[in-house]
Amino acid sequence: MDTVYRYDGSFEGFLCCVFESYVNKESPAAFQTAEDLNPTLFPIQWVESNEAHAQRILRSINRRSAYALELVEKGFLTCAEEREMMLYRFIRALYDFGPDLVRRLSDEAVHPLVKAVRHLDGEVHLLRGFTRFSDLGGALVGEIAPKNRALPLLRPHFCSRFYNERLILYDRTHREALFYRDGKWCIAPLEHFEIARPSEREAQFRRLWKRFYDTVAIAERYNPKCRRTQMPMRYWGTMTEFQDESYFEATPAAVEPPPAPAALKEGWRA
Amino acid sequence: MTVMDKLTILTDAAKYDAACTSSGARRGSKKGYIGNTSSSVAGCCHTFSADGRCVTLLKVLMTNCCIYDCKYCVNRCSNDTRRAVFTPEELSELTIEFYRRNYIEGLFLSSGVLRDPDYTMERMIQVLHLLRNTYRFNGYIHAKTIPGASPELVERLGMLADRLSVNIELPSEAGLKALAPNKTKSAILQPMKQIRNTLTENKQELVKYRHAPKFAPAGQSTQMIIGATPDSDRHILRLTQGLYDTYRLKRVFFSAYVPVVENSLLPTPDTKPPLLREHRLYQADWLLRFYGFRAEELLTDQDPNFNPLIDPKCNWALRHPEFFPVEVNTAAYEDLLRVPGVGTISARRILYARRGGTLYHEDLKKLGVVMKRAQYFLVCKGKIIDGLRFSQDTVLRGLIAAEKLPMPEIEQLTLFN
Ligand code: SF4
Repeated sequence: MDTVYRYDGSFEGFLCCVFESYVNKESPAAFQTAEDLNPTLFPIQWVESNEAHAQRILRSINRRSAYALELVEKGFLTCAEEREMMLYRFIRALYDFGPDLVRRLSDEAVHPLVKAVRHLDGEVHLLRGFTRFSDLGGALVGEIAPKNRALPLLRPHFCSRFYNERLILYDRTHREALFYRDGKWCIAPLEHFEIARPSEREAQFRRLWKRFYDTVAIAERYNPKCRRTQMPMRYWGTMTEFQDESYFEATPAAVEPPPAPAALKEGWRA
Repeated sequence: MTVMDKLTILTDAAKYDAACTSSGARRGSKKGYIGNTSSSVAGCCHTFSADGRCVTLLKVLMTNCCIYDCKYCVNRCSNDTRRAVFTPEELSELTIEFYRRNYIEGLFLSSGVLRDPDYTMERMIQVLHLLRNTYRFNGYIHAKTIPGASPELVERLGMLADRLSVNIELPSEAGLKALAPNKTKSAILQPMKQIRNTLTENKQELVKYRHAPKFAPAGQSTQMIIGATPDSDRHILRLTQGLYDTYRLKRVFFSAYVPVVENSLLPTPDTKPPLLREHRLYQADWLLRFYGFRAEELLTDQDPNFNPLIDPKCNWALRHPEFFPVEVNTAAYEDLLRVPGVGTISARRILYARRGGTLYHEDLKKLGVVMKRAQYFLVCKGKIIDGLRFSQDTVLRGLIAAEKLPMPEIEQLTLFN
């Protein structure tokens, strides 16, 4: 009988679900994370995370195709509906068909995943440009609100570009933050995050940028539709140039940015 | 004058320049430096202004004071306008602080001619020097050389910038003579030639000594104003092709002329900027650079201007029925590229996917092919799409209907059909 796999929500945990289904020769009816409380008619089976099991699945995918592994890793970060099921179908099909599967771009086990990853890549590409930082007490602090989990893919870019800076980048949608300093980083869940008020110097640079932005447009070429197509409005909420007036005013008391967790990982390269 | 005022004046004066892309040189980050150009390669837009144009770089003039009097330019000396000059310190600090906040990908520095060309270039070099050496800025810099500056200064500027540009300004010598009396074709082409030669030498040096300093690693570009002179599209496109061939330019930019002045030699001030024409020229430029087309194929002496209703590739396809249909499962990459609705990415996906099995019409949309255009020109295993019937006339209508133009006034144009 079909079962629902419940796991801890991590990538490793998901791979263990794949392992479990392989060992038990069964296919799950659905996936649930620990927080997911949707009632279900099917019996629920808890799958414990286990590094060795996850590694075996990763290796078995990589042996067939390195591109397939990339798709799976990125696919887990996407906001696709029934993301785990989509990945599960892909991995099963990969075991059945072998490495050639990834060339069948219109196959129903492949196309949804490729499409979801394209959407993720596109969003990450846009956010490399649309992300904004503020200098708050010497640290660069920013916020984004992406549909996909973009932080893990933005991390190498920003940590390398701002190698000598202290960085905090918060993802409002997924409630997690990237912390970076001295070549070390971590991405950690963070429930509450409120950005501090700017110093006078910070407020001045915000105003200068806003002025530049408003001045650079050519009135005779005004084309709001083109702007919206290129830069969908859902990104505007975290961009300096679209904030209301209070954003450009300083408050005397500068607030410290949140402290980084104690354990940062070595290395800033992907 | 405050930095805010200067920024306003000098952004306003630079905004008609079209070249605001970054590209070309991938440079990783360095310890102790700020910045890299690894996203500059992919052409990273940091925002889009209200006119829908991508903003990548802090695009400003060092000064809008100018001793010259080019008729089409807001900064010409005879124009009564507010003038400002950035000090190198102000401009380099602004660049760095914008960069740290991820507002920009780097700096695009251009300038009016202050006192004389060499003096102006010296000041620009100071800005770049401060950025590169004091701030240790490792991000993208595009600098425009000043016409008439001495070759040593062009060389020094190139050692600090990622890209140099020399603006050709107008598409013909007659245009220059009438509208930019202080500039000549040979004075414009001279630095372009110098930059090309230095780039070649530098490349050879880099082969020998890996750590030889790099001269303008993202190459050189140029731009010209469209619609201020009576030159045809064919003339402009052939000139563009010549510039790519002869000077190995990385990009040629077109800038639709926005009337800024009343002058009997220029279009009247109520003329709309020729945006659609600019758009068609960019599409054609793309075909030259990535699709293997030549200017002579796209426009003929009898037909020297682009059809406003359909893009240059569709226009070519309609005039060359003998080339079609193209078989998706066997055609060479170059031939796939000539099919309307197929781009470089979807053509590559077709090559990749067809090695995994035969492709049919249903598959193509998922590979990113725009079927509304491509359907008339493609076959899969010798078959056209089920149920499709067409004649020359209906293809034209279909293609016009499939046009998606980024400009509002042009949408109306297509409604007449
Ligand atoms: S030299 Fe340049 S800034 Fe000066 S008037 Fe001519 S186009 Fe304008």
